[in-house]
Amino acid sequence: MVKFNIEGLNIWFGQIHSIKELRMEIYANEILSVIGPANSGKTTFLRMLNRLNELEMNFSMKGKVEFDGQGIFTFDTEVLRKKIGMVFALPLPLPLSIFGNVAYGARMHGVRQKKKLEDIVEKALQEAYLWDEVKDRLGASAFKLSGGQQQRLCIARTLAVEPEVILFDEPCSGLDPISTAKVEEAMRKLKQHYSLVLVTNNVKQAARVGDRTAFFLSGELVEIDKTEKIFTMPSDTRTDEYIRGKFG
Amino acid sequence: MRKFKEYIIEKLILASGLASIFFVIVIFLFLLKEGLAVFKIVTPANFLFGKNWYPISEPPQLGIFPLILGSLLVTLGAAIISVPIGIACAVYIAEVAPVRTKEILKASIELLAAIPSVVLGFIGMVTLVPWVKSIFKLPTGLTALSGSIMLAFMAMPTIVSIAEDALYSVPRSHKEGALALGATHWQTIYRVLLPAASSGILAAVMLGIGRVIGETMAVMMITGNAALMPHSFLQPVRTLTATIAAEMGEAVVGSEHYFALFAIGIVLFVISFAINITADLFLHRKR
Amino acid sequence: MRNPQRTEKIAFFFLFLATLVIALPVGLVVIIIISKGLPAINWQFLSDIPRQGMRSGGIFPAIMGTVYLVTGAIIFALPIGLLAAVYLSEYAKDNLLTRVIKLAIVNLAGVPSVVYGLFGLALFVVFFKFGASILSGSLTLGIMILPIIITASREALESVPYSFREVSYSLGASKWQTIRHIVLPNAIPGILTGTILGLGRAAGETAPILFTVAAFYLPQLPKSIFDQAMALPYHLYVISTQVPNVDEKIRYATALVLLVLVLCMNLVAILIRYQFRKRKKW
Repeated sequence: MVKFNIEGLNIWFGQIHSIKELRMEIYANEILSVIGPANSGKTTFLRMLNRLNELEMNFSMKGKVEFDGQGIFTFDTEVLRKKIGMVFALPLPLPLSIFGNVAYGARMHGVRQKKKLEDIVEKALQEAYLWDEVKDRLGASAFKLSGGQQQRLCIARTLAVEPEVILFDEPCSGLDPISTAKVEEAMRKLKQHYSLVLVTNNVKQAARVGDRTAFFLSGELVEIDKTEKIFTMPSDTRTDEYIRGKFG
Repeated sequence: MRKFKEYIIEKLILASGLASIFFVIVIFLFLLKEGLAVFKIVTPANFLFGKNWYPISEPPQLGIFPLILGSLLVTLGAAIISVPIGIACAVYIAEVAPVRTKEILKASIELLAAIPSVVLGFIGMVTLVPWVKSIFKLPTGLTALSGSIMLAFMAMPTIVSIAEDALYSVPRSHKEGALALGATHWQTIYRVLLPAASSGILAAVMLGIGRVIGETMAVMMITGNAALMPHSFLQPVRTLTATIAAEMGEAVVGSEHYFALFAIGIVLFVISFAINITADLFLHRKR
Repeated sequence: MRNPQRTEKIAFFFLFLATLVIALPVGLVVIIIISKGLPAINWQFLSDIPRQGMRSGGIFPAIMGTVYLVTGAIIFALPIGLLAAVYLSEYAKDNLLTRVIKLAIVNLAGVPSVVYGLFGLALFVVFFKFGASILSGSLTLGIMILPIIITASREALESVPYSFREVSYSLGASKWQTIRHIVLPNAIPGILTGTILGLGRAAGETAPILFTVAAFYLPQLPKSIFDQAMALPYHLYVISTQVPNVDEKIRYATALVLLVLVLCMNLVAILIRYQFRKRKKW
């Protein structure tokens, strides 16, 4: 099933042409890895999907982006962003308690009852493999957690609003290898219920978790294919050079 | 429902954002409304340059030139004292003072800014005025000079803090470049930092002067309030602000005197408007 | 021969001297007021009405008048100032309108205080027929402190990291929800600081209340917001210039009460700022 359908997408920030003539599809229940060197447009691409780009002053775009067969600009931003969650590069807990962080989205969407919120928080923390570590101190500040725990908290916070797609923007760039492994494990389990888009600088990570992999370079999609294919016999020499570490 | 609530709130936010513009305009309009009437009985030229201010004689003589000169004289004196000292102090705080001293100095400057003008006026009356009187052997210490000294003091927080900000915002590399070439710290300050911060410092001076021209209570309490053409720093003078403050209480609403005091208000408003706009331009040019 | 090291020493000495010329009198002013005013301060002085043409008795009505005025000013200025700050920090685009709003704020801050007095007289006392009253005085002071509250609140709002807003949006929160639940709560210390500084300013100003509210001598508490009231700064002005033969001690004591009131507010503001910096979570 196609979740996202993108055609002829161009994005500019002022004079800078960040995404050029992008055409691709994203399927349900897959993990799509997006790789590419810095400034290749991969984060811009990601932030297009939940319409965060338009918060920038000088953003402009052209082209078609459809979610579930419907143009994303026909949605209310709030509805769209509820369906398309995002986990940011650095762990970004809100200055609230652990509970407050996870419950935040649900509260904003009108859930008031304490019992219901508690259920939502527990379920989300379970799914993010954080419940056992924090269940005794839900009232503590989220800043008290370690970096890896914070990032899983952010995943739980995203899950708590029951999205259909989750966007990961280099989610492990600030984490040590053990925390990274835990986050990756969480991602693999999540794909049974969600579509995941993972932007990463770490080529090995893309190979470990991605079902398909897309390679971006200077705002263009060079190639997109099954992860094994990209990593064993890419059709473009630039892809081959990038994943073998010749540049980037 | 939530959408509607947010719509209302966002309109309120927009309205509050526009409130400042609204208030500036309303202030100016009401000054005009009450003040322009004076020009039915006196021409603008005679109002601004007339040498006699006898608002309650019959017919009233409404020339504010002595008051303008009074304000200018006191302001000039205050500027002569406060500009060099204020900039020197800003340089000392920004560049020379050790960290601990710097904190204490900044706190005392903030303290000075917080002291109400009427308290400073009172202290000026009981300390500065007698000193001026005995040092210059005058019949009264309530003089333009006393006012200038007091106002110089009151302008310091504005001048020092804005000039200090200007010095801080000079890129580090400018300073390090000069020091690397073997210039002393003082040479660096004098030849590199001060010129680079000049537009910000100019803004600081202008805003300090704006503060001085607008100051009312302290100046009314220690300059003697004689509405005569001033000839020297050592005689009593009366400023524009003090005239309004001292006389509005007695002026009958709707009288010529009342209109004339509002017309003085227009003059003050225009002066402060011009100073603030210009200073703001200087502050923005820096960036 | 010019010796740069020696020039530097001399220059720095003069800079230091200039600094002393400012800093010493500040200390002196405070010390004089405290040492001469403190002996006259007792419970009676703070709680009694002025007697014998303000030559004895206390200053209670003036203290209460100032409290009423300041409260009124804040009730008026805080909501408008805070929302204006929210507009500038969260909604304003980089355009001409924003530039004009900022200029207007700068100008409001620069209008001489006595001109505020004139304006209050023309608009509130005469035009709206509120008369010389606590209402007129509070509104006048409120407009005067608006720029202080806007500037401080805006700084506080803008110091909340942008990423918090992005996270909130990414969870589907609306703009107002983000402001209400994330931005405002984390800006409260800064907003409080600005508000208290505004309070201090309003408490100390004389010129704006001269013709809008202040009563020369009114030995009772006002009964409604349409009554005149005494106020501390005006009372100090009156007993130091308008009433002959007032005991020096009473003048100093009045100055001390006013000074302590204003400085306490500033101190509280500084402490809040300090606490906040120490506890900052991000």
